[in-house]
Amino acid sequence: MTDVTGVAAVEEIRAEVLRALEMAATEEQLEDLRVAYLGRRGKLTQILRSLGSITPEVRRETGAAANELKEVFEEKLAARRKVLADKKLAALSGQEKIDVTLPGRPYLRGGLHPTTRIIREILDTFVSMGFAIAEGPEVEWDRYNFESLNIPKDHPARDIWDTLWVDYTDDSGYRPMLLRTHTSPMQARIMETVNPPVRVVVPGKCYRYEATDATHEWHFYQIEGLAVDEGITFGNLKGTLYEFAQRMFGEERKIRFRCDYFPFVEPGVDMSIDCFQCDGDGCRICSHTGWIEIMGAGMVHPNVLSSAGYDSSVYTGFAFGMGPERIAMLKYGIDDIRNFYSNDLRFLREVGD
Amino acid sequence: MDVPLSWLRQYVPVDILPIDLAHHITMAGTEVVGIRHTGEDWDRTKIVVGHVQKVDPHPNADRLSLPTVDLGEGETVTVVCGAPNIAVGQKIAFAREGALLFSPRSDKKEPLKATTIRGTLSTGMICSEIELGLSENHEGVLVLEDDAPTGVPLVDYLGDAVFELELTPNRPDCSSILGVAHEVAAVTGEFVTEPDLSYEETGESIKERITVDIVDSSLCGRYAASLVTGIDVKPSPKWLQKILVKAGQRPINNVVDVTNFVMLEYGQPLHAFDLSKIKDETIVVRPARSGEHLTTLDGTSRTLHPPMLTIADSENAIALAGVMGGIETEVRKETTDVLLEAANFDPINTRRTAASLRLKTEASYRFERGIRPDLVTRALRRATQLILEVAGGKVAKGIIDQYPCRQDPIILGITSSRIKQVIGTAFDRNEVLTVLNSLGFDQVVDESSEDSLAVRVPYWRSDIAIEEDLIEEVARIVGYDVIPTVPMSTPIPHRTVQPMIEFKEKVRDLLVGVGLQETISYPLEDALTLDSVQHKQNKMKRIKIANPLNAGVSYLRDTLRGSVLKTLKSNRRISQRESIRIFEIGRIYLSKGDEKGVVLPEEKEMLVGVLSGPQSEQSWHARTREMNFFDAKGVLETVFGALGIVAEYEELEDPSLHPGKAAEVFVGGQSVGIVGEIHPLVLNHFGLDDGSVAMFDVDLKELQTSISKSTKTYAGIIRFPESERDMALIVESLVPSSKIQKIIMRHKLVKSTSPVDVYTGEGVPKGKKSVAYRIVFQSTRSTLTAELLNRAEGDILRQLQSEVGAELRI
Repeated sequence: MTDVTGVAAVEEIRAEVLRALEMAATEEQLEDLRVAYLGRRGKLTQILRSLGSITPEVRRETGAAANELKEVFEEKLAARRKVLADKKLAALSGQEKIDVTLPGRPYLRGGLHPTTRIIREILDTFVSMGFAIAEGPEVEWDRYNFESLNIPKDHPARDIWDTLWVDYTDDSGYRPMLLRTHTSPMQARIMETVNPPVRVVVPGKCYRYEATDATHEWHFYQIEGLAVDEGITFGNLKGTLYEFAQRMFGEERKIRFRCDYFPFVEPGVDMSIDCFQCDGDGCRICSHTGWIEIMGAGMVHPNVLSSAGYDSSVYTGFAFGMGPERIAMLKYGIDDIRNFYSNDLRFLREVGD
Repeated sequence: MDVPLSWLRQYVPVDILPIDLAHHITMAGTEVVGIRHTGEDWDRTKIVVGHVQKVDPHPNADRLSLPTVDLGEGETVTVVCGAPNIAVGQKIAFAREGALLFSPRSDKKEPLKATTIRGTLSTGMICSEIELGLSENHEGVLVLEDDAPTGVPLVDYLGDAVFELELTPNRPDCSSILGVAHEVAAVTGEFVTEPDLSYEETGESIKERITVDIVDSSLCGRYAASLVTGIDVKPSPKWLQKILVKAGQRPINNVVDVTNFVMLEYGQPLHAFDLSKIKDETIVVRPARSGEHLTTLDGTSRTLHPPMLTIADSENAIALAGVMGGIETEVRKETTDVLLEAANFDPINTRRTAASLRLKTEASYRFERGIRPDLVTRALRRATQLILEVAGGKVAKGIIDQYPCRQDPIILGITSSRIKQVIGTAFDRNEVLTVLNSLGFDQVVDESSEDSLAVRVPYWRSDIAIEEDLIEEVARIVGYDVIPTVPMSTPIPHRTVQPMIEFKEKVRDLLVGVGLQETISYPLEDALTLDSVQHKQNKMKRIKIANPLNAGVSYLRDTLRGSVLKTLKSNRRISQRESIRIFEIGRIYLSKGDEKGVVLPEEKEMLVGVLSGPQSEQSWHARTREMNFFDAKGVLETVFGALGIVAEYEELEDPSLHPGKAAEVFVGGQSVGIVGEIHPLVLNHFGLDDGSVAMFDVDLKELQTSISKSTKTYAGIIRFPESERDMALIVESLVPSSKIQKIIMRHKLVKSTSPVDVYTGEGVPKGKKSVAYRIVFQSTRSTLTAELLNRAEGDILRQLQSEVGAELRI
């Protein structure tokens, strides 16, 4: 406690504090100053607190002077703080500069297999048209893979599907079990378990006894589609597949439906799009025909409906099947189907992105 | 099937461009995969028909000659020629100087230059087939028919277009020129003129000389024969040779060429026997005797078994019915009498015979597709007529026609209402009739109602059996493109969901999200690969493929591990040091069959991931390290966390995994898979370097089932603050961290805990380890005071002391 009291004491503090403020060079020093004068035991605080114990005349003068100093001090303190903060910010770029051209810290990034990607894309378009997704067994009975699809034993159409057989022979000398050559057996499996209406797409692996080359694999995926109800027509087949092709390949593509043969449909259809490499003029990609086959389709054969227990005089429907790898090849410009399952990560990363 | 336009035009007019015709046929169902033009590139003024007027010897060379050729309009030219077959009076293909010709020497086209050969200037050339691009033949000059008009461009005389058709199995009729002509007529609106089948029969009666006996009519529904005697077997006339070559057949002799010509014309295979070699002039159509031998025309001796069908004489098999003739009765130069056969053989038996002998022929191709018996006599008469024309002789009176399985013409009805039901559009009855007529279907009764129509299926079509077949006929000829395109308007069916389908996609996304690349591999493996990674010695029978493409793909995999390790290896070949994180979701196939009741295998969806190499690429930020067990476990924990799954890990012994670095993964007490580092011996088997390769192998079905059991509910946010304390312990090395964590978690104020430091070495007694846990406390009722926290810590420590002998590290 100083000897000086009243206004004189205040003035003494004023001179002292203003000098100190000028001298303070850091945030910490300013804070120390604040505590020293305005803290609980600060010099100015004490004067303000002692006002009650002095005479009223002195109190008024001293009080006015002390309060005025308090205001000035707070003001200058704030101003000084700002100066120091600005100075510090101004120094930032100099002191904490980094080399922004150095690479960032890497985060991991994985990728989907291109087949997964294209299957999702294809299924999405059909799901949006009311199709459900189903999967089925890859090891199948001859009965589902062929016979229920109107392809009896020893039928010449079996030449279309060279088959990998499971090593098991039944009593009649036939091999009844095989690796499915297409996803079509699910047509019969689905119709056997649910009543119409049916609207379903089936993705899955298929197998053929076939030498591989740039456009043939013995192991590949197929996506099967089936829609059966009263009143489903060939026009609906065209409508649905047209919609799909436009979404998949773009609205500028031309779409062609021509007659083709599959034993489990009648009439049978081949759907092609005009070649996007040459716009239909003919090039290597479309074998100089101007058209690229996308899928086989057709109205479900009455025998297939009946063998699954559907009344073919009441119910009609269409079925289709396509190879997602082929569609991916066309969409992404992949020239060799063998890339898909040889699992070279360089290929998967490039195409899977 | 190769269809020359010039041949087609003998039955149906074609006034449109080949490319347009190809388009129409393709759209209607028979794809034209290519058109081969002959003569397209022959210069009209420079390559012309010439007439050889004289042939002088070359003054300086014995092997060369100097023919003089008339090129029409009084123009003649003399050139040097090296061909031995050049002769006066021949019509030949003459190329003038500058004509573009194929040069066998340079293997490309070159303009013809005037050259001096042995002192004589030659300003043109008499062409052989190779220079015109017709064949590889350059043995002699190409000799044209005598009727070739001198001076006209060669392309006008010899040019043609050959359509290459890719046939569908249902249309054997299109394996004939006439069948294709009917298609052409239907798409162009023209009409087909079939060949005239008449000829003169001046010989004895065939029935008095030849006997035919069909032993098994289920294998041969019709057998017809004719007899031509006193013929002269020799090379066919030019026109016949030319047409066969264009259609892709090799001319042999006039009799064989006629049978091939008629097979291509009608689609009905025929066979000619040398009658003198048929014992007792008797034909028996019978199944082979077991072990019977027959040497077929290709010179191969074949052992036959029933029910392969043979054509036999009174003693031996002389031909393999529907597949190939025998060499013994082959028509040769010295043959004078031929017995001509046209028959209808059972498709299935023919197919099996051809398959078991690996002998697919033009004949078996047609029979196994089920051609109509109505073709038999037509083709027989046509061939008889042509043999008479090109080989002379006398035709015996009548034909033999055994027809035990007579097929009546097929009559089918078609109704407008069914067309509308299937196609979605109504067709006018007259339009339907017009289309069907153009394809050769005749209307049979006129009394039918306005809605329906009855037609007779034409004799050459074997693929039309039901009304839908007729509907397709109408639709394909009218054109699919004109049928209105209509979106489906029937109600969307109720959807049943297979939960596994969505689950797999979710797992895929999560794994990609933590940096793994998806791969897909072949599900067939070799036994060695599968054995090397066999985890549990479940003695289940693997599923074997009867006809694998090669030994490396002979079993369906019963584990996915080998597939993914192979993928790792193949990529290690490309990059030894890169970080590889891959996963595959795929099926394994587990046999469920016992000896009696064979059932389909169980197909399980599995997830296998492999991590190998540095944790990150070398960078300036930090030093990298090799990935190990904990990287694989971390992937699983992240994926499980996102799926709301809490898993437990227990030490595991698995022969394919590193001893001491493998864990079995449990969810809700159920084992769902493993995580671990691969055993060095297994790495060795796959040709992988020693070093850590971490793997997880998870049964997705088990995992998916475990989720559906535990539905997560929202617990609410606690409004009181959390407090953290660290607790450093010294415990026996063998005490698993999970056990300590469980004890800590038992305290009711503990919200979570995890180890923050694990240390052995200086300062820690041997056989012990130091483990520090960060413990997060939280109360649902109040803010925790220091006193409460101290008490809780004390409680926990006491439990740890008594249960695992833990001491506080000071």
